[in-house]
Formats: sequence, C-alpha cells, structure tokens
Amino acid sequence: MTVTNVHKDPEHLTFFITAEFDVPTERVWRLWADPRQLERWWGPPTYPATFVEHDLTPGGTVTYYMTGPEGDQHYGWWRVLTVEAPNRLEFEDGFADDAGNPISDMPTTMATVTIDATESGATRMTISSIFPSLEAMEKLVEMGMEEGMAQAIGQIDALLAETVQPGVGA
Amino acid sequence: MLADLDVDLLFHALADATRRDIITRTMTRDYSVSALARSYTMSFAAVQKHVAVLERAGLVTKHPRGREHLVRGSPDTIRTASGLLEELEELWRDRIDRMGEILAEPESGEDE
Repeated sequence: MTVTNVHKDPEHLTFFITAEFDVPTERVWRLWADPRQLERWWGPPTYPATFVEHDLTPGGTVTYYMTGPEGDQHYGWWRVLTVEAPNRLEFEDGFADDAGNPISDMPTTMATVTIDATESGATRMTISSIFPSLEAMEKLVEMGMEEGMAQAIGQIDALLAETVQPGVGA
Repeated sequence: MLADLDVDLLFHALADATRRDIITRTMTRDYSVSALARSYTMSFAAVQKHVAVLERAGLVTKHPRGREHLVRGSPDTIRTASGLLEELEELWRDRIDRMGEILAEPESGEDE
C-alpha cells in the first residue's frame, strides 16, 4: 500500500491523503501534467475520463468528461491557480454541463497537490481538498460513489459472463 | 443522503468550538441546557442559542423532562459528515492505486 497518511476533518471540511511512490518527483508530476496519463487514473475503468482541454498554467483551464457504462457523460473542469512543476499544483475543481461549461450554482472544491522528494529518494505526494460547504463535499462524493457503484456492477457483470458463457453460448 | 437536512445549517453549526463541545458532551449523555451553561463562561441565553443552532442543523435533539429540556446528540447526523470523508478517502485510495499501476509500467516515450 502506497498511501502513508489520511487526514479527515469533518468540522473544517478538509481532507488530505499522502502517498509515497518509489519513482522520481518528475515522474509523479507527469501523472498530472500529461493528460493521457491523467485520464488513466482520474476515473475508474468503468468511468474512464477524457481530458479535452489541459492547460496547466496559472489561470489555465482543464476540462474533461467521464463516460459511464451506458454511454452517459459527466463533465468537469479545473481552474488552474498555481503551477510549480514538478512540486506543486493548485486548482479549483467543479462540475460542468453537457457542453462542458461550468455550472455556476454547483459547489467547487479547492485542491492542492504537493510532490516532494523524501530523504530516501522516493517521492511523497499529498493531495488536499477543502470544501466550501458540506453540500460541495456531498456532491463530489456522490459522483465518486456513482463511479464506485458502476465499477462494482461492472465486475459482477464480468464474473457472470465468465460463469455463464461456457454453457450458454450467446 | 442529506436530502432531508439543510447542509448549510449543518456546516454553520459545526464551525463553532462551543457547539462542537456541546455535541461531544451530549453524545455520551443527556444534558439540560442549564447543566451545559454551567460548563461555559457564557450566559444561559448564549448557550441556549448555541443549542438552538445545533437543533436546527439536526445535530442534537431536545427532550422535555419536567420544567427542563434535555439535550441529546444525534449521532446519525454527525456521522454523515464523517461518512462523506470516508467515501472521499475511498475515491482517492482507488485513484492512488491506479497511479501506482501506471508508475509500475515503463513510461511511453511520446510525451517526454
């Protein structure tokens, strides 16, 4: 397990998670800086993310959508605030409509990513999220849960397909 | 999940140290407002106001007993906020697992 620390503070609506990877700092940075790598981990396999815009400069915009098992698409955006490659990234994270435009009355989250070398030459990454309200937190988690549920259902489907196929032969 | 709760009220209620202390106390046993008031340097009326904020947010309930009201913490509501963070942890643990898988592979050269 690469996760080394998790901090949850419901009273202050903050969350952070720290992980260590046995690769150089620049390599971890590219998980964020390269949209093709980013879309491999942002969404689960059943809800893959596609990054449309990816302007990782202060004031820049990142837009993406996630495609669900039914072909349903869910859009999101980041407003990039701070970029200090390969150590620090700050962005506002929000929801968008089907045209990819930010939904103004939807809550947003402030995310900070720090990536630093450890004494042992590994890389420590910390992601912190600060929510403006419990509603914002709920909405984000709701989306995450939706993904998680779809993933679980996908796995059950795969399992059923394996079990049934030999005898039935669709 | 929070459909029947006003999330802004909940957030506001949790944002004050005295109110968080009242929640902590009333989670373990019932307190009358006057018993709570004796624990703080503020007036009975001020404590009563804090209790009212907590009650509106669904974090405590009041139960009449004699001439008094007993204040009782509502663990379900308190748990909701923590529950959301649990799920957020799950979301990020999954993402970090996927990051680890990508990092374990040789990186494709096209973006170098």
